[in-house]
Amino acid sequence: MTTTRRQLVAAVAVTALGLTAAGCGGDAEPGSAGSTGALSGKGPITLALPTTDVKARTPVVDAWNADHPDEKVTIIDIGAAADQQRQLLIQNAQTKSDEYTVVLLDVVWTAEFAANHWVKELDPSRYPVGELLKPAVETATYRDKLYAVPVNSEGGMFYYRTDLLKAAGIAEPPTTWAEMAADCKLIQATAAGKGVGCYVGQFDKYEGLTVNFSEAIDSAGGEIVGSDGKPNVDTPEALAGLTALVDGFTSGMIPAEALTYQEENGRQAFQDGKLIFERQWAYMNPLANATDGSSKVAGKFATTTIPGIGDHPGATTLGGHNLAISAFAKNTQTASDFIAYLANRDAQLSTMESAGIAPATAAVYDDDALIAKYPYLPTLKLANESAVPRPIAVNYGDVTAAIQNEAYAAISKKKSPEQALGDLQTELASIIG
Amino acid sequence: MSTVAEGAVGGKRPKAAQRLADSRFAAVLVSPTVLVLVLVIVYPVVAAVIDSTYGVAGLDEETGFVSESEPFVGLGNYTAIFGEAGERFWNAFVNTTFFTVASVSLETVIGVVMALVMNQALRGRGIVRASILVPWAIPTVVSALLWKWIFNTDGVANAVLGTNVLWSAGGLASQVTIIVADVWKTAPFIGLLVLAGLQLIPEEVYEAARMDGAGAWRRFVAITLPLVRPALLVAVLFRMLDALRMFDLPYVLIGPRKESVETLAMLVQDQASNVRYGAAAAYAVILFLYVFAVAFAFVGLLGASVVDDEDAQPGPGLLERWRRRGRPRGSVAP
Repeated sequence: MTTTRRQLVAAVAVTALGLTAAGCGGDAEPGSAGSTGALSGKGPITLALPTTDVKARTPVVDAWNADHPDEKVTIIDIGAAADQQRQLLIQNAQTKSDEYTVVLLDVVWTAEFAANHWVKELDPSRYPVGELLKPAVETATYRDKLYAVPVNSEGGMFYYRTDLLKAAGIAEPPTTWAEMAADCKLIQATAAGKGVGCYVGQFDKYEGLTVNFSEAIDSAGGEIVGSDGKPNVDTPEALAGLTALVDGFTSGMIPAEALTYQEENGRQAFQDGKLIFERQWAYMNPLANATDGSSKVAGKFATTTIPGIGDHPGATTLGGHNLAISAFAKNTQTASDFIAYLANRDAQLSTMESAGIAPATAAVYDDDALIAKYPYLPTLKLANESAVPRPIAVNYGDVTAAIQNEAYAAISKKKSPEQALGDLQTELASIIG
Repeated sequence: MSTVAEGAVGGKRPKAAQRLADSRFAAVLVSPTVLVLVLVIVYPVVAAVIDSTYGVAGLDEETGFVSESEPFVGLGNYTAIFGEAGERFWNAFVNTTFFTVASVSLETVIGVVMALVMNQALRGRGIVRASILVPWAIPTVVSALLWKWIFNTDGVANAVLGTNVLWSAGGLASQVTIIVADVWKTAPFIGLLVLAGLQLIPEEVYEAARMDGAGAWRRFVAITLPLVRPALLVAVLFRMLDALRMFDLPYVLIGPRKESVETLAMLVQDQASNVRYGAAAAYAVILFLYVFAVAFAFVGLLGASVVDDEDAQPGPGLLERWRRRGRPRGSVAP
């Protein structure tokens, strides 16, 4: 090697080492600054929202901006898929960026964001917590401390085609899966119901599967995580639930293509008149009732609570969103006031009226004028009150991945239900402990 | 140069000292580029290797908060792939290799055919060439969404084939969709590079072969392929390196965490999104070494000349040298 080459190589090596040493100290360290502690600063802030919420909450944000010209709120769209939103929020926290001030968290993310110091602890006295649904407030709590304020809380609802039930002479919607299967047979024998699919939920390998799986388990009287916080999914009740789900696919009660369905696929199928029953969130109500021609079932359906499995009443899984303050944000005083404003009864009410987003304020569900306008409100209230939350874990990503793996294996016939539940119990035990 | 130096110093400098001065000057001129390369290439790789030696920050059961720093685990993330985390890793490894081999083989064949077609003096040749390039011009994510709709259960694929296959539910069907979408997008790339090589072949060589009585296939195998080899090998090498790192196509077309289509890059992203940066960095380093090894082997075996040399022909790789064994240099194969 000539002298020059040796010098060049030496120079490169030294530079590399130097840069590495400099970069050594920068490991991913969750910041501790500002996780608890006083709020300070008033001024412009940003609001990070999923795509579906951007349009829905713009009117309320505009009203705030009109009243507070010095504390303007800018909405930032962080995407349509929950996974993508979570990644963006985590990246924002990892880089300790102050780009997002107020963030809308899914109910299952509270533990993770709180334990990693990514959101600030909140003082309950500043927010109308007493007006909000209790299960919703629990999803916003971690280790008995409040980290977020609920602005959307709902359970799944059971949509059914009133016209098809009437044509088959069925007076009441089914209250158990067995009744549902029997009703479907009757309806599919009629002229109107010929060739129509029976029941669909969300069964693709994503968070929706976790929701549907836990609903099946809970509706059969089982549980995924016990009251002591330890996994308890390998029980006869849970097995009954999972078997009902698997048998639904085998018997054709659930059409084969439902294996690839997320929310929008199912909604499309129901709106095209291809389904009798569907398990879906509240947002489908106004869309399926649209009279602009996009829905063939406008006015021909109603909602009720999820059917049970066996003797157990149906149980839905709690969904929803909570507002939190990023731990690295500025102008946290404004952020706190803004959250209180959005969590207010009037703001939650107006968001419901304009966009159909189920509110977390308890009183809204008892308002007679609203019930007259939205007949599904009582069903939603029942769903909210009886909803079972998903397992609370700091590494919820791993928990839901494990559930999705085993549930998907069971419903795609790669594993028997017994084996799937056994494996799930083992995995959850190693994740949650 | 040397005149200037001579004039400046005022006398004739010894040759060695002059060469040293030239070398130092050259080093100074090159150093900004070297600095940029070190920053952009060397630093991230070294940082990833260092990141891969750290584990997951633990949860303190009492306070309920995650620890501030990650524990040092040395080579723990690497040895873990031989343990229980290994099943997912090896599955991803096999998937990545399968997609690479299947896609690149199909792309090469189809790409060469496309190039041969484009090379003909057809009417509207320009339009044909431009339209063949359209799939390559579409961003991968967009083409993945397109194919996702085509392979929807109620989509065009099932309608045309008259079947009711659940394409995105996993298994062989999902692998087929990935390969179809990938070949559709990148065969034009190989076609274009091979076309460039084809256009360098003089027509006289074909004429002479035709006069010697060589048929179309013999002309293709004995003239076209050897003469287009440098361009073809470069194209195949690039495609192989790309296919090994495939992420956006299966992620958008099929979805994350589907066992039959999860590639190494998707595994890295999944670990990173669960804040397990040590494991993610370890898998990324392994992927980097795999890609490096494949490229090295490819260049060594087939003698692809990716470096511009004095003679534009590729040197004989290991394969060629093995074929020529025992025969004196310069003799032509029968």
